[in-house]
Amino acid sequence: MQVLESRHVAKEVSSPEGTLTIVADVSFAVERGQSLAIVGPSGSGKSTLLAILAGLDLPTRGTVLLNGTELTALDEDGRARLRAGHVGFVFQSFHLVPSLTALENVLLPLELAGTDGAPARAREALDRVGLDARRRHYPRQLSGGEQQRVAIARAFVARPDLLFADEPTGNLDSATGARIAELLFEFNRELGTTLVLVTHEQTLARRCRRVLSLDAGRVVADVAGGA
Amino acid sequence: MIKALRFALVAFGRDVRSGELAVLFGALVVAVAALTAVGFFTSRVSQAIRAQAGEVLAGDLRLESGRSPSPRYEAEARSRGLAVAHLTSFPSVVYAGDVSQLATVFGADAAYPLRGQLKIAAVPYGSAHPVSGIPAPGEAWADSRLLARLAVPVGGRLRLGALSVRVTAVLDYRPDQGTGLADLAPTILINGADLARSELLGPGSRATWSLLYAGPPAAVDAYAAWLRTQKSAAERLTDAGESSEQMKSATERSGRFLNLAALVTVLLAAVAVAMAARRYASRRLDLVALLKSLGASQRFVLGTTLTELVLVGLCGAVAGTVLGFGAESGLAWLVRGLLKTELPPPSLLPAWLGLGTAATMLVGFALPPLLQLRRVPPARVLRHDLAPPPLRWGLPYLAAAGALAALLYALVRDPRLVGYAVGGLFASALVLGAAGTLLVRVTRSVRGGAGIAWRYGLANVARRGRESVVQIVAFGLSLTVLLLLALVRNDLIDEWQRSLPPGAPNHFLINIPPADAGPLAEFLTGHGVAAPVLAPWVRARLVAVNGVPMQARMPRSDRGRAFAEREQNLSWAEALPPDNRVVEGAWWQHPDPAQPQVSVATEFQEELGLKVGDRLGFDVAGESIVATVANVRKVRWDGFRPNFFLLFAPGVLDASTGTFMTSVHLDAAQRPALAELVRRFPSVTVIDVAALLGEVRRIMDRAAVAVEYVFGFTLVAGLAVLFAAIQSTRDERRYESAILRTLGASRRTVLYGVAAEFTALGLLSGVLAASAASAIGWLIASRLFGLHYAFDWTVWLGGLLAGALIVGVAGTFATRRVVQSSPMRSLRDA
Ligand SMILES: Nc1ncnc2c1ncn2[C@@H]1O[C@H](COP(=O)(O)OP(=O)(O)OP(=O)(O)O)[C@@H](O)[C@H]1O
Ligand SMILES: [Mg+2]
Repeated sequence: MQVLESRHVAKEVSSPEGTLTIVADVSFAVERGQSLAIVGPSGSGKSTLLAILAGLDLPTRGTVLLNGTELTALDEDGRARLRAGHVGFVFQSFHLVPSLTALENVLLPLELAGTDGAPARAREALDRVGLDARRRHYPRQLSGGEQQRVAIARAFVARPDLLFADEPTGNLDSATGARIAELLFEFNRELGTTLVLVTHEQTLARRCRRVLSLDAGRVVADVAGGA
Repeated sequence: MIKALRFALVAFGRDVRSGELAVLFGALVVAVAALTAVGFFTSRVSQAIRAQAGEVLAGDLRLESGRSPSPRYEAEARSRGLAVAHLTSFPSVVYAGDVSQLATVFGADAAYPLRGQLKIAAVPYGSAHPVSGIPAPGEAWADSRLLARLAVPVGGRLRLGALSVRVTAVLDYRPDQGTGLADLAPTILINGADLARSELLGPGSRATWSLLYAGPPAAVDAYAAWLRTQKSAAERLTDAGESSEQMKSATERSGRFLNLAALVTVLLAAVAVAMAARRYASRRLDLVALLKSLGASQRFVLGTTLTELVLVGLCGAVAGTVLGFGAESGLAWLVRGLLKTELPPPSLLPAWLGLGTAATMLVGFALPPLLQLRRVPPARVLRHDLAPPPLRWGLPYLAAAGALAALLYALVRDPRLVGYAVGGLFASALVLGAAGTLLVRVTRSVRGGAGIAWRYGLANVARRGRESVVQIVAFGLSLTVLLLLALVRNDLIDEWQRSLPPGAPNHFLINIPPADAGPLAEFLTGHGVAAPVLAPWVRARLVAVNGVPMQARMPRSDRGRAFAEREQNLSWAEALPPDNRVVEGAWWQHPDPAQPQVSVATEFQEELGLKVGDRLGFDVAGESIVATVANVRKVRWDGFRPNFFLLFAPGVLDASTGTFMTSVHLDAAQRPALAELVRRFPSVTVIDVAALLGEVRRIMDRAAVAVEYVFGFTLVAGLAVLFAAIQSTRDERRYESAILRTLGASRRTVLYGVAAEFTALGLLSGVLAASAASAIGWLIASRLFGLHYAFDWTVWLGGLLAGALIVGVAGTFATRRVVQSSPMRSLRDA
């Protein structure tokens, strides 16, 4: 069963020098429980594609299907609703809400989706990433690796079908990065969450079952990874 | 929606704790407090002042009639809880043995006067003291002039028709004696019960029956409205507001000062609210993008934003109102003395007003940038430079300014004042914006030379472009107000008080025959009085306008009718008199006596609906003169110098027509000379305005204190704008300084850069603010208050210094923490 499908997706923006193609005619499909790495040189359009796949942005052409629903046919609120129960995010710069404690940050998606028993589940998720003891701490009291672990707990707490990650280890040293990667794949195995991650790290990409290489907005290679 | 509410409550609590809302909240509180305090205070004081002004009528309301007024009037007044007094006056000859003198006889009842107090003295022109009550039946109080003319001492007997009375005191002052110069005859006050016994009030007597009323303002107003529908056209109704030109001028001016201070405060606070909301919105961009990526809908974002806004509004309104009430009590305490009457109790109105202000400010100035949050693209979580489409602020802010102007108008009901304040601030902002844009352009090209700090600082001013212009406008506005407060305010208040110096005239001398003019001047200088300036003085009646007789175009208002029916005092002048300002037409240069011209005061022009070019027909002592209205004058009556509703060009009236008048200042030691003056110049009439002068001066002094106090709020509002402007670029600075320091710049270099930037901004806005402050100061002085304003180069010096010091130092100081925090931390938080 396909959880995510991209059909001839393209993104163009107009600039003073004429139309600029950032993503050109990208088509692929991802099976449930799979893990997909998107790699490519800087400026090749990885983040832009990720934003389109997650419904954060709209393509200029083509369609995206998420869980069989045509994302590109929904309005912004419709896409947000779809994300609320089904999609999680992990970002390069963590994006924790600075005024919320670790626990409150993890609670956020549950509250937005209106889930029952939210506090217990949030603590459980925080415990799962080994930070239950730090639940009352604010992001600025946590190290980068700890912040990213909180972000991962936040991404998985609502048990999403899909998790998007943009350079999740980009801001971390290699040892911490490895721990974060470990966590992501644990969730992928245990909960069956589909992973779509953009990365520069060869080691991380190689752990994915499939690696999509972009160059200048085009798919130049689509190969099976190591794991 | 419940979700949004809950989230908003939590977010609000957090934002309050983190100080995120401090500036927004502070600006709101200042505005609401200023408006409630001043609004409430001004209305209470104006009521009290009205009661005071009522002294000139000896009541809050006065009905005068040629016949005994219907008893229904009194019954109605008493049923409405008003106090009523009766006063009857008529001209009569008073005898002391064989000597006689024409006098005006006043018969009062025990309730007279309802406002103010009578003053009596033991000997003519002696020192007087206030007294309550009126002469007992069979007794009389006569004024110094009458006793001097009749050569009767206190204790002597006078005869009035069939009545014989004993003089028990010298009548020095009646609150309603007036300065209209109409009551020319000496006066004598007797008990109303004696009137009938005098047998002088028979048919054909030229008596005036007056009914005096006093009570709470609302009841008086309601009764006045009722009475206007009942009374005949021949019955003249006067309320305290139109009683005395001098008192009116003084109270209007003090009210204006207060209102102006409140207006500027609220407008400045609105600017601070707008700035604070902008920053608040920009700081929430990331949060909103994140929430959206996590599945929050636009409604959720809107809901949380609105809820927070409502919470801020409610808390701000409540805190502001509480503060406003507190401040109002302080204000009332400061001017205690000014208010002889009990202040009306506090009402809920100012609380509503506070809520209204908070709502208008938030909806108008804070909502537009916050609404924009709804449109933050969620992809911002991945690309930080994505922002909502730029706000088209023109329309919403214009609408908000309109709504605020309407609110302020509802408060002060002075369209000109609101127009000047709103228009002035708006124009200043525009000019500051234009000049700021220009200056930012210029700094772009002067970045060479200087040290790295200056280069970096100036480059920043230029690079931040739009943000710098916004900052220059905000700094400029607050500096303008600070300069106005620091320099112009004192000048204005001083000038206002100088307009009534200790030596201001306190006596008018009228009816001076041309032959007496020289000897009288000599007499006065001989008694140590400064040589008086004599003004020609003629009594004349207006008979026609543009050939239409007055009977055919009788004005509706009582005051207009009085202008049309009564004899007017008029004069002629070659040059525009000092307390006068031409508001329409032009003052005459080399007038042609063959084409008579007349200048009218605004009061006269408004009541009779005249315009420049109208031909007015006059009856001057039997001679008919037609003169063209050459100009309209605004007269400052509270200078206590001879001033006239009507002034002719020289040559229109024969110089031998009429008499002269003057005003002089006599201190207590010089007053006894008046007895001799009246004996030596029997045709000269002396009118004592010392008491009225004292009242006007007291209002001025107290009002000046109150104004200073209210300006304190303006100061706080100005500082709030300053603070909001400094805060507006704080986040960027944190990030930039972190990067610079990561690149190896020392703390010192970065701090100098920030200091250079703020100092440059401060200098730019300081110069602009000095120009704005001078222009506004001049406008306020000349247009609103009719005062003279001298330009002062210290304003520019002050502007430069204040700009560099306040903006430079405060800006650097406020950003110091940002610069000094570790670059690691700053980059992580960014
Ligand atoms: N809205 C936009 N307007 C103009 N140019 C854009 C826009 N969005 C993306 N780009 C450009 O498209 C290109 C691809 O951007 P994108 O962020 O997707 O690259 P990336 O592959 O994620 O790069 P990196 O590895 O450096 O993060 C870049 O050159 C970027 O400047
Ligand atoms: Mg990228």
